Amino acid sequence: MQKLLLLGDEAIAQAAMDAGLSGMYAYPGTPSTEIMEYIQSSPEAAKRRIHREWSSNEKTAMEAALGMSYAGKRAMVAMKHVGLNVAADGFINSAITGVNGGLIVVAADDPSMHSSQNEQDSRFYGKFSFVPVYEPATQQEAYNMIFDAFELSEKFSIPVLFRITTRLAHSRAAVELKANIPEKKLKLPSDTYQFILLPSIARKRYRILLSIFEKLKFDNRISKYNTFSDGDNRKLGVITCGIAHNYLMENYQDPGPDFPVLKIAAYPFPKDLIKDITERCEEILILEEGYPVVEESLRGILDEGKKIFGRLDGSVPRDGELNPAIVAKALGLPVSYGNDVPQIVRMRPPSFCKGCGHADMFNAIIEAMKSYGPGGVFSDIGCYTLAALPPYNAINSCVDMGASITMAIGAADAGLFPAVAAIGDSTFTHSGMTGLLDAVVKNSSITIVIADNSTTGMTGGQKSQATGRIKSICAGIGVEPDHIRVITPLRKNHEENVRIMKQEFDYKGLSVIIATRECIQTATRRKKTSTPCE
Amino acid sequence: MKNDIILSGVGGQGILSIAAAIGLAAVENNLFLKQSEVHGMSQRGGDVQSHLRLSDKKIHSDLIPYGKADLIVSVEPMESLRYLPWLSENGWLVTNSSPFINIPDYPQIEEIINEIMKVKNHIIIDADKIAREMGSSRSGNMVILGAASPYIDIPYSSIENAIRKLFGRKGEEIVEVNMKALKAGRNFTEKSDL
Repeated sequence: MQKLLLLGDEAIAQAAMDAGLSGMYAYPGTPSTEIMEYIQSSPEAAKRRIHREWSSNEKTAMEAALGMSYAGKRAMVAMKHVGLNVAADGFINSAITGVNGGLIVVAADDPSMHSSQNEQDSRFYGKFSFVPVYEPATQQEAYNMIFDAFELSEKFSIPVLFRITTRLAHSRAAVELKANIPEKKLKLPSDTYQFILLPSIARKRYRILLSIFEKLKFDNRISKYNTFSDGDNRKLGVITCGIAHNYLMENYQDPGPDFPVLKIAAYPFPKDLIKDITERCEEILILEEGYPVVEESLRGILDEGKKIFGRLDGSVPRDGELNPAIVAKALGLPVSYGNDVPQIVRMRPPSFCKGCGHADMFNAIIEAMKSYGPGGVFSDIGCYTLAALPPYNAINSCVDMGASITMAIGAADAGLFPAVAAIGDSTFTHSGMTGLLDAVVKNSSITIVIADNSTTGMTGGQKSQATGRIKSICAGIGVEPDHIRVITPLRKNHEENVRIMKQEFDYKGLSVIIATRECIQTATRRKKTSTPCE
Repeated sequence: MKNDIILSGVGGQGILSIAAAIGLAAVENNLFLKQSEVHGMSQRGGDVQSHLRLSDKKIHSDLIPYGKADLIVSVEPMESLRYLPWLSENGWLVTNSSPFINIPDYPQIEEIINEIMKVKNHIIIDADKIAREMGSSRSGNMVILGAASPYIDIPYSSIENAIRKLFGRKGEEIVEVNMKALKAGRNFTEKSDL
């Protein structure tokens, strides 16, 4: 069969298409973005007319995917780990409704927070919602698992959570493709009440879900990914979850470990295999990328049984991503090291691109805020969060998508004046609009500055749902037309922009300033693609 | 055969096209390959690196262990030093000498070059200048790849083929410019490493 060199994200996307995907839904978020991007740029997907448009946020994506599944077709939805918090309502209830066409929910976790606000472990959502979880270790395994995940989803009428982490998402390897499966036909659920979660029906559905969850671990599509390899040395047994297995094997190249190893890659966890390895071995080491999910279960509250090493006793650091050295140390192996980084090497944090409109916007905000003193600028998730760093130091918060507006409302309620929210265009349509409605209804004394670069910038310039719509959205939600101001953040407009900001910051009521200028990255790319000789 | 390579630079400098070229060449030679990239926040002018592993045997970890890299290839001199903890005792460091200065406290370039000279095996090449002299200021990364190519256990012709594939759709002219840049880098190393 054909072999392709694919990122983990791309392997998942290719597998879903090969397994008969009809609809892909997502909101961009590192490290999950490339799943949708791969399908959007695929000629095969275009030919088959697979639905592949970005959604406004992870919740709308999740629900649209569930709708596709309701109609009997295979659907996938992808998001970063914190996106699953946004989609959680739909996700958890989709376990209760169950599915019709196969439904896979991909959550890409970001341990070590390379590009995130926390390092939550999505496997918890599996347990929380009684949904099976796949956690591939390699690109090929990710590819293969997608086929099983769709089958499992349809066989048990249950959504499947597909958990990857940054390292697999953004690492490339050769992947061998399988034969294609045709897309499913439109077919309504046989039980017309299945998707109506009235309490009386929901109670029934929940009991069905609980019984399904008990059966899952016996299904070959789960059990074949949890493998045990024995060894003569019974002093230590090692349990690995997902990609942690790679780091173990890296330390035992030839001839491989002489001790028993249990590789877990699908959940609910294989209790019999875990029991078996703990009975065989004197001590157990658990290697997990993320939270100590399996380790906590194994220790229980009493933690009086077998000697267990892992993240909870410090054998492995409590937080952050694993690597070969961390695993070597946990195993008591020598750790190699090159030379230290010379002292002259300086930090190089990310920064605004040369010519970025956000820089001009924040220069104006900084000057307009001067007369009020510090502490009043609430910001949000996106490139513009970089205004937290020197030389700007211009923002005071960055919590979750949309929180700039709503935190400003609360702070204004407490008496802070002025309270300014700085939010990007895509973040605004993701989760800012409902906060804006709150502000309209109570006429909060806040000013919302929307940094409109007409794209989803931080994740690489995906289409923004907000493009061309922000002014009418604000007016439609009810912001006074006189207090919707549009500016162009350019250095030459600095004085004028500062003047407008001061006026609106001073205003005792709700105002919105839309700072519109195209992202310098997407603008450059657009120019390049329109001149064919380049 | 095993080549563990760290590619380094600043977000936007194009280390991923170096990675893509080596990746394609590795595939042509039926080698196993794993290549870990940085996407997202750091791409906005921050330090970026890629771990590129080639082998004739199965590769486990997507990350190169400390002290095991055979080669550091850097398009920026200060960034080449950031990854010394990964470089093996006999590994090579191949770096551009032209700094990319986007931070206020960037050190003196002489100090950086001094530190690079302390690395036992190193090639320092002014790739920006060589690319400029050839009239293609944007192919500095291909000059660097050429300069590193003698230390990568893949036939040079495979790397050339990879560049043809990578740039082919942009036209013959762009392919030729990048081939010339690659060759200029390779010649530089072959002359200095006698």
